[in-house]
Amino acid sequence: MNSFLFDALARIVGSRWVKHRRGELATYSMDGLPTHEAIPGVVVMPGSPHEVRELVRLLHLIQVPFVARGAGTGLSGGALAEEDAVLITLTRLNRILRVDGVRRRASVEPGVVNARLSEAVAPLGLQYVPDPSSQAACTIGGNVAENAGGPHCLKYGVTTNHIVSLEVVLPDGSVTRLGSEQGEPWGPDLVGLFVGSEGMFGIATEITVRLEQMPESVRTMLADFTTVRAASEAVSSIISAGIVPAALEMMDQACVAAVEASIYAAGYPTDAAAVLLVELDGQSEAVGGEAQTVENILLESGARAVRSASALGDRARLWQGRKKAFGAMGRIAPDLAVQDAVVPRSALPGIMDRIEEIRKQYRLTISNVFHAGDGNLHPNISFDRRDPATAARVQLACRDIMAACVAAGGSITGEHGVGSDKLDYMPWIFDAETLGAMRAVRRVFDPAERANPGKVVPVHACREWHAVKSARA
Amino acid sequence: MACSEERPRLSNAIFTRLRALLGTSGVDRDARGLARANPDTSDALSLVCRLAHEEGWKIRVEGRGTWLPPDAPADLVVSTVALEQIVSVSPADLVATVQAGASLEALRRRLADYGMWLAVDPPGRPERSIGSVIATATAGPLRHGFGPVRDHVLGCTVATGDGRLVNAGGRVVKNVAGYDLTKLQVGGFGGFGIIADVHLRLRALPRADVTLVARGPRDVLTSAARDLVSVHLLPSALELLSPALAAESEWVLAARFLGTDAAVQADVRRLGSFGDQKWQPLPADRTAAFWSVAARGSLGGPITLRLGVLGDGVDETIDLLSHDLDEGLISAGAGLGMIRWTGDAPIEQLRSLRRAAAAREIPMTLERAPWPVRRALGHFGAYREGVGQLVGRLRDTFDPGQCLTVALEGADNA
Repeated sequence: MNSFLFDALARIVGSRWVKHRRGELATYSMDGLPTHEAIPGVVVMPGSPHEVRELVRLLHLIQVPFVARGAGTGLSGGALAEEDAVLITLTRLNRILRVDGVRRRASVEPGVVNARLSEAVAPLGLQYVPDPSSQAACTIGGNVAENAGGPHCLKYGVTTNHIVSLEVVLPDGSVTRLGSEQGEPWGPDLVGLFVGSEGMFGIATEITVRLEQMPESVRTMLADFTTVRAASEAVSSIISAGIVPAALEMMDQACVAAVEASIYAAGYPTDAAAVLLVELDGQSEAVGGEAQTVENILLESGARAVRSASALGDRARLWQGRKKAFGAMGRIAPDLAVQDAVVPRSALPGIMDRIEEIRKQYRLTISNVFHAGDGNLHPNISFDRRDPATAARVQLACRDIMAACVAAGGSITGEHGVGSDKLDYMPWIFDAETLGAMRAVRRVFDPAERANPGKVVPVHACREWHAVKSARA
Repeated sequence: MACSEERPRLSNAIFTRLRALLGTSGVDRDARGLARANPDTSDALSLVCRLAHEEGWKIRVEGRGTWLPPDAPADLVVSTVALEQIVSVSPADLVATVQAGASLEALRRRLADYGMWLAVDPPGRPERSIGSVIATATAGPLRHGFGPVRDHVLGCTVATGDGRLVNAGGRVVKNVAGYDLTKLQVGGFGGFGIIADVHLRLRALPRADVTLVARGPRDVLTSAARDLVSVHLLPSALELLSPALAAESEWVLAARFLGTDAAVQADVRRLGSFGDQKWQPLPADRTAAFWSVAARGSLGGPITLRLGVLGDGVDETIDLLSHDLDEGLISAGAGLGMIRWTGDAPIEQLRSLRRAAAAREIPMTLERAPWPVRRALGHFGAYREGVGQLVGRLRDTFDPGQCLTVALEGADNA
């Protein structure tokens, strides 16, 4: 990076919004995952979609790679840039552009914080459903890039199910609009293809989302179990009964202990091997009937006790431990590697046993808090990265957990993305031909592979695809 | 497309080559004598595509022959009818893996044995293939409660036009590993490859299934539907059917409630006490037949198209349809939108409709039509700036030899 580039960037966004001093860059050297670090060449902070377009066009002309970044809460090292790349931070693009309560749509800039959108539409009786645990800080643009999930995605779907249209700046600086406000793809489903592409197809500068009506009634239930297996089996029984809870979350004993020892203590029983949080929503009468069914299932599955709450404050108290679990784990050790993997629901009991074996083998502290309803695990490893030997054991444990999930028929990530953290695991679930297809699709959007280079697809593992330039229009 | 429909000598040569590849039972001829490959595994499908790519043969893809007419010009037919296995069903995980040629009806019966179902009710006949439904993304009224077709597809295996096998997505209900290539195949009309098998998201069979209907003038019913979605009623379908489609003298608004007994009873009670509309419950033994008639009605003319509108645009867009074409057979999502029209119309009128719709920011997808109409109009068209180039490059990637005879865009978009 040189002063010529810094000046050129400053001409677009103003010198105040170009950061290139070492101390300034250090702020952007990590995302939410403490096991990966990279110092970008320069950080630039555009304040409008027009400035994003100008920046990307400039970088295309001089063939400089770039990485788009939201709030930096990602958990896969996906928003890290190396020193030869420009980091484009989108947090200044934080306007909610339009809200249409009748059509249940909102259009936002990518830097809008997830929770802020739901707050803004709440007076209309609406909500933006995807609710990652980091929702108080993470941005909608980052959610789009990662196809983020959250506890309430069990019933309502993940980010991709809520994005209807995108205005995107492609890596050559051109602008196009994908999808339609109505949610009907305009041609092939390019919105679906773009969501979850981890910043490698371009930068979304305007995102139109689907809003959902706030449920009339909500019931939250907390059940505690003496074995993880019994809790896991209760999860399958609830789903098999034809009930789709809004959320179905599990915390193991280590997680409960961390929460209850913190200022976020929620009154969870610390002697339980696992607690389940079940949330039902919908019409009042229906929720009442289904809550009775769920309570029966929980008790029949071995729950020692079931607590239930309907009032907002009481529900918030039951949720508090779950929502603040990651914060509570900060008391255990300075660093927390939040992992993310998926298994078929039926494999939950076995995989929990295997994670416990791995914990013992590598002498680590692992707490599990996860979306049990869709088999999306979050084994969290508390450690101190200043101790290289421990950090090495963390990496080995993560690898073994991923291998176990893949062996169980699962996936290496359910909502955090591949980024740079899981690049090496991609060949475990995709063959060379499929990885080659992914790379070829990426080249459709970004022929020079300059947008978020080096992420998601391990190039060395791809079978080469040569897109033939045909006479097709 | 340079291929000819009448090339008997080439057809014989192709027949012989395919037989060498798939064996005697894997090849036959279609009604016009064209060589037809019937691969029964994804590997066999891949080999056929690779051979066609190497030889420069054009492929027409066919499912069970109940939706798109088998009339695209080609050197050979690749049929998915032998890809009919329901490979696995996992009741505990609510996931099934199914080959693309399996019929919806066969899948429905098999899943029902396990107390499960696929919450998709596409237009057409029950024997439609799963691959056809996914490739055309033709969701039916249940999209109101369960989402479009793409929400039910967790992953798929696809043979590209040059015979590569791509395994997109996976078998778990939540998965963000790699780019979401499955989305390209759902609703891709086969332009990005031929679907060999799919992993589907299932649901437990609902305990209760109740449909109520109201009859009356269209604008009264659409207004009632809009009111319904603004209150806390959660129908799985809220569909407006034209008199011709419903085989009745008036427009029909049908609300279908699926779920637990408690939830359905609560919704039905509330529906009855809401608004001025007179709702009549359908007898339980007539419910399936009612929705089946509506689904089959979409085959009542040679052309079916869908228009992406929201609930508040349904009336105006039906007016547009009636003005530019005719009222035809219409099924519309009266709450959350989407209109499906079936009928007949000259190409120029359809082209004019697409332009008029695009001017109103409404995408129009040609779901089903004879080849001359598909060729002229394309399944898609009136793209926004930049989209056509992306789609073209994606097609070049997945079908570099242009072997797949699919009119994704029509001649007027070329």
